[in-house]
Amino acid sequence: MAAVMPQLAPPVAASRLLLSGNEAVARAVWESGVRVAAAYPGTPATEIIESVARYPDLYAEWSVNEKVSMEVALGASMTGARAFCAMKHVGLNVASDCLMTMTITGAYGGLVIAVADDVGMSSSQNEQDSRFWGRFAHIPVLEPADSQEAYEMTKFAFSLSEQHETPVLLRLTTRICHVKGLVVVGEREAHEPAGFVKNPQRWVMVPAHAKARIPGLFQRDETLRAVSDASPLNVVEAGTDRSVGFVASGPAYMHVKEAFPDAPVLKLGFSHPWPPEKMRALAAMCDKLVVVEETEKLLETEIKAAGIACHGKDVLPSIGELSPQVLTPAVDRLLGKPVPPPAPAAAPPKVFPRPPTLCASCPHMGMYYTLSQIKNIIVTGDIGCYTLGAGHPWNALDTTICMGATMGVALGSDKGRGSVDKNKRILAVIGDSTFMHMGMQGLLDITYNHGNITILLLDNNTTGMTGGQATPASGRDIHGREAPKVDLFKIVEALGVPNERIKVVDPYELPVLFKTVREEIKIEGPSVIIARRPCVLIDEFKPFRPYLVEEDKCTGCGNCVEVGCPAIHVTHRDKVIKPSGKEVELAFVTIDSQACTGCGLCVQPCAPDAIQHVPRRDIPIHIVKTTSSS
Amino acid sequence: MSTDQITNILVCGIGGQGVMTAAEILAEAAMTEGHDVKKTEVAGMAQRGGVVTSHLRFGRKVLSPQIEPGTVQVLLGFEGAEALRWSHYLKPDGLALVNNARLVPPVVELGLFDYPEDPTGQMRAAGHRVVSFDAMTIARDLGEIRLGNTVMLGAIADYLPFSPEVLLACIDKRFARKGEKVVEANRQAFAAGRAAVARQLATSPA
Repeated sequence: MAAVMPQLAPPVAASRLLLSGNEAVARAVWESGVRVAAAYPGTPATEIIESVARYPDLYAEWSVNEKVSMEVALGASMTGARAFCAMKHVGLNVASDCLMTMTITGAYGGLVIAVADDVGMSSSQNEQDSRFWGRFAHIPVLEPADSQEAYEMTKFAFSLSEQHETPVLLRLTTRICHVKGLVVVGEREAHEPAGFVKNPQRWVMVPAHAKARIPGLFQRDETLRAVSDASPLNVVEAGTDRSVGFVASGPAYMHVKEAFPDAPVLKLGFSHPWPPEKMRALAAMCDKLVVVEETEKLLETEIKAAGIACHGKDVLPSIGELSPQVLTPAVDRLLGKPVPPPAPAAAPPKVFPRPPTLCASCPHMGMYYTLSQIKNIIVTGDIGCYTLGAGHPWNALDTTICMGATMGVALGSDKGRGSVDKNKRILAVIGDSTFMHMGMQGLLDITYNHGNITILLLDNNTTGMTGGQATPASGRDIHGREAPKVDLFKIVEALGVPNERIKVVDPYELPVLFKTVREEIKIEGPSVIIARRPCVLIDEFKPFRPYLVEEDKCTGCGNCVEVGCPAIHVTHRDKVIKPSGKEVELAFVTIDSQACTGCGLCVQPCAPDAIQHVPRRDIPIHIVKTTSSS
Repeated sequence: MSTDQITNILVCGIGGQGVMTAAEILAEAAMTEGHDVKKTEVAGMAQRGGVVTSHLRFGRKVLSPQIEPGTVQVLLGFEGAEALRWSHYLKPDGLALVNNARLVPPVVELGLFDYPEDPTGQMRAAGHRVVSFDAMTIARDLGEIRLGNTVMLGAIADYLPFSPEVLLACIDKRFARKGEKVVEANRQAFAAGRAAVARQLATSPA
């Protein structure tokens, strides 16, 4: 059983704390008297709800997906409670079905959605600009530029939401979420829900009711435009050098101030609807206007449409993060100033890439090693640590699109394939958390439509990639307390997979894995192999006795290296000519016994039995304490 | 506000080594000294094994959280090749303090890429001031490999614009609830890190 997370004793008001943007938002959520907060984990937003959950006097949950988290927040708001949900940018795609109608009902208790864009794609499958949702859903967008602003704007967002009965979008980026800065905090204010009021014209969105309310959205846009112009979150800073002025929001504002400390700037905190009067005032005071926005050409297009001349993406990149280093030469060029070439010392040295790896003893390694040894297959993949199976040495995943897509993509490939792919077997890989997030519907589609797919459900009892959050199948809630534990086997069976076609296997047992996968891919129709072992980073994982390589026995075959464990290292390489005349590369290995946790995956493909347990006296102390077997 | 009043420290290494914790303690120390502080990192996908950097900036008022190449006063490298990877962030007169650990990733073991022969030597050849030492051996000699992180903090302690005692107080505070023994062990590790760098500089000035 995992440890129960201790609740925070909230620091007293007026304390100056070093908080990440995520922690600052969480503090403000608590102070705002929020009653209900919900999220599904997703980088870079994960820590928001993790932090919220450690405050007292509110309800926090891991939802099964972002759409549900938003619906939970909406339901709370309908009772008059202040409510909050948080998600990464792609999470809002999932939740958008709720958003696009929720904007018509509007909020009753203050309702704030924090959305975190992974600008620069440190841990996402795409880069997208969530500011568009503000336009699409007719809701205001607030954009903090650091932790203190994240705190203040979150608090403001709740009152704005109640005053105008609108959900409010708090748009964050990685450089807000994961930057720590100083924040002066306040006290929690009580906020008792006013109570649910029966009002079908507002809450029951049938065509007649929605039609009556939609004009209100456009009216709200106009009202908010005036609010935006009056808002202290939008400030024209006059500056002293009027040759060029800037419009910027979020982290881009900090980069502008760093690179051009003397220039006039319209700092947008309330960025949608943007303030037309302040925009004109800025444009009137500078010779040239540059809109500095991270990723899309959104404000620039709107400002031009309003008849204000400006520059933007003609000089700045549309992809990735901006920085003073990007801004300075771009603006210098625009102003016709000479741009010095970068100093030679500034060139980055050439160093090998170091992609993230699966951990030593990661149960996914067993599955990917198996898949790497099987020919003539198509393997669709999904989102999680196990996406790394697409990389070296396994190269075992053929697709990754979005949460749950493995199922539909596999079924479509099955139905679409022609004679070229006729003899291939199709497998779909998915993790336990992703399966419950959005994979179950896809599996239902496979069984309902006679898909011929073998599904590999990698059950590591957690949401691994985001840091080991609880799931409905882990038996723990967001606080680490006991919760109902759903049975993945029964879910799979209920979704239409025949009982005898559901196999539960130990991913550390390579022969069993090989045999099971080979058998199931031969059988027509859907089957599910549940590979079950806990993630090595959660409390349920207990390390085993580590291994070492008996160097005189190692023949350099390199089979163990193909397992892909980061604890295996090559000591030296050699080449031999076989009797057939074929040249073979040899790699002699060692095991870092400090890193090895004894899963035994590398032992199994080692023909000369060169991999043996370390002598008991050499077992690291932290493993002696917990070793229960082997 | 010009940036030359800002101290830029880059801490780099590999996921799981304690890079983010070290940067966090440095940030706390700067905060207790009354500085405005920003700390940012990019730790990509998955939990372990990937490249991790933490940018720490402090001074009267910090704007952008990101450090620009060529502006780092002190680079604290937890691993040789990682220190080399980010060495272009150093100012011409900046100082690199590097744990000469050699952590070789699977892509190198597979023979797809080469690990540099002498990462700190390469940095020196490029004109950087480098002090390298073996934090893990120092920690092991003190009886606990996990003290490596505090050895690293000891290494940087004399190259900050505030007293080493300020940083040590933050380390004490962090381990206080683990008992006097743990605090004392960390104090020893801190002192050993300071001594290792001082010794290196005395014998072969960076």
